[in-house]
Amino acid sequence: MLTNLMIAGFGGQGVLFTGKIIANTGLLEGKEVSWLPSYGPEMRGGTANCSVCVDDEPIGCPIVLEPDILIAMNVPSFDKFIGKVTKGGCVVYDSSLIEAEQTREDIRYRPIPATELAARHHLDKFANIVLLGYTLQAVHFTSYETVCEAIKACVPKSKQKLLTPNLDALRLGYEFQETKS
Amino acid sequence: MANKFLMKGNEALAEAAIRSGCHHFFGYPITPQTEISAYMAKRMPQIGGTFLQAESEIAAINMVLGAASAGVRAMTSSSSPGISLKSEGISYLAGSDVPAVIVNVMRGGPGLGGIQPSQADYWQATKAMGHGDFQVLVYAPSGVQEMAELVGLAFDTADKYRVPAMILADGLLGQMMEPVVFPEQKSDRLPEKTWATTGTKGKRAPNIINSLFLQPDELEQIVKDRFTRYQAIEENEVLAEEFLTDDADLLVVAYGAVARIARSAVRAARERGIKAGLIRPVTLWPFPKKLIAEKAKQAQNILVAEMSMGQMVDDVKLAVLGSSHVHFYGRTGGMVPSPNELLEQIQAIADNREV
Repeated sequence: MLTNLMIAGFGGQGVLFTGKIIANTGLLEGKEVSWLPSYGPEMRGGTANCSVCVDDEPIGCPIVLEPDILIAMNVPSFDKFIGKVTKGGCVVYDSSLIEAEQTREDIRYRPIPATELAARHHLDKFANIVLLGYTLQAVHFTSYETVCEAIKACVPKSKQKLLTPNLDALRLGYEFQETKS
Repeated sequence: MANKFLMKGNEALAEAAIRSGCHHFFGYPITPQTEISAYMAKRMPQIGGTFLQAESEIAAINMVLGAASAGVRAMTSSSSPGISLKSEGISYLAGSDVPAVIVNVMRGGPGLGGIQPSQADYWQATKAMGHGDFQVLVYAPSGVQEMAELVGLAFDTADKYRVPAMILADGLLGQMMEPVVFPEQKSDRLPEKTWATTGTKGKRAPNIINSLFLQPDELEQIVKDRFTRYQAIEENEVLAEEFLTDDADLLVVAYGAVARIARSAVRAARERGIKAGLIRPVTLWPFPKKLIAEKAKQAQNILVAEMSMGQMVDDVKLAVLGSSHVHFYGRTGGMVPSPNELLEQIQAIADNREV
């Protein structure tokens, strides 16, 4: 089963790191994975995005044109990719930053106020991981434990103090319950 | 599992080069290959090797010429505009029979072009990598694993025939991460280079590395002798991968990043009942012309797909010599074709044939 993910937002929001964690979950499960960043000036403050493919078969095109799962962290990215999400796909987005009308009926919308939630829990720089946790709850693309392992693999040795807040942010998103207003 | 790494193609290539005994790297940064330099800068001091950021691409390739003349495995890397600057030095390497590895992580051109992936340097790499009668070995990886595997092979083959070798990748392969398992290290000791300028210690006549021969008859003989080695390379060192070619009547020929996209398109075409197959040249020089000619016997139509306006397509046409219809589809300037675009091309060709 091929799963195509697109993570998109501003440079600096942790777009590429989030993608790296997801790619690592595939690696841990012995699957074929690819991770492809947008590169160049985009990385340095513009909109950045990252394609991740997880499959049982060798991956052909590593560029995700039609994501099954879209993680959107800002308005331009949401607007750019929402029309490309495959039928039956899922978009997880930061509703603290994106006010979106849910116009498509053939996909699932999963908003989470990730930035506010993160700030409330003193995890200001970890909204991306809150989103990742909520994505896992919404789509179950792998197990919670595998994501924890992947985070451990991705946090560099020199930044081990960031491991606990990453894991806390993951749990925060994973356990989030949407309140119907 | 333990030795499977998730790495960028550029980094995997750099690590594999070090593991193949390349302890001397000279470079100059340029997107999208800078990770090679950055990785070398980090790793070379750890292993007692040389990392040197030169003042220019031209300086870097001439440092490679100097280091490799002394018999060590030396490498430089760049992207398209930087490779053009290195072309004089590569010609000197070839003219002096000095093996070395040059990496080109191609981007859109001509001129400064862009920084997105491209395959528009095929002609340069395979036909005119500098002035004069010469060839360089050209290896075209199609994924991160091959970025790692082919660099070792490039060093071995370059040493064997005393020719420069090029890894011709592109921005997509350089920037993407995939799992990679590094090839087993064969041996720490590399084959002895009796021609290298290692110092005579008063025991032998000096070795001289030189590409200047003012007597035309002498130069002619030297070039002819070199071409005898090229002939051996064409006989022994061709590499290509086949996918579903056994019964294919529509053959796709693509290399590098485009080949993996073509593979998806070929698989999708098969699901539609089209007998499509893929030949992926792994060596671009020597080009797998015999294989393509052989498979063309059963394939009336051949589709060549490239990220250029059509360069390798010339070699495919020369290989089949009119025996099949050779079609071309290309994107350029940094645009990457999608599997669906290639599938549409395959479908169109299949439809015309049936009409």
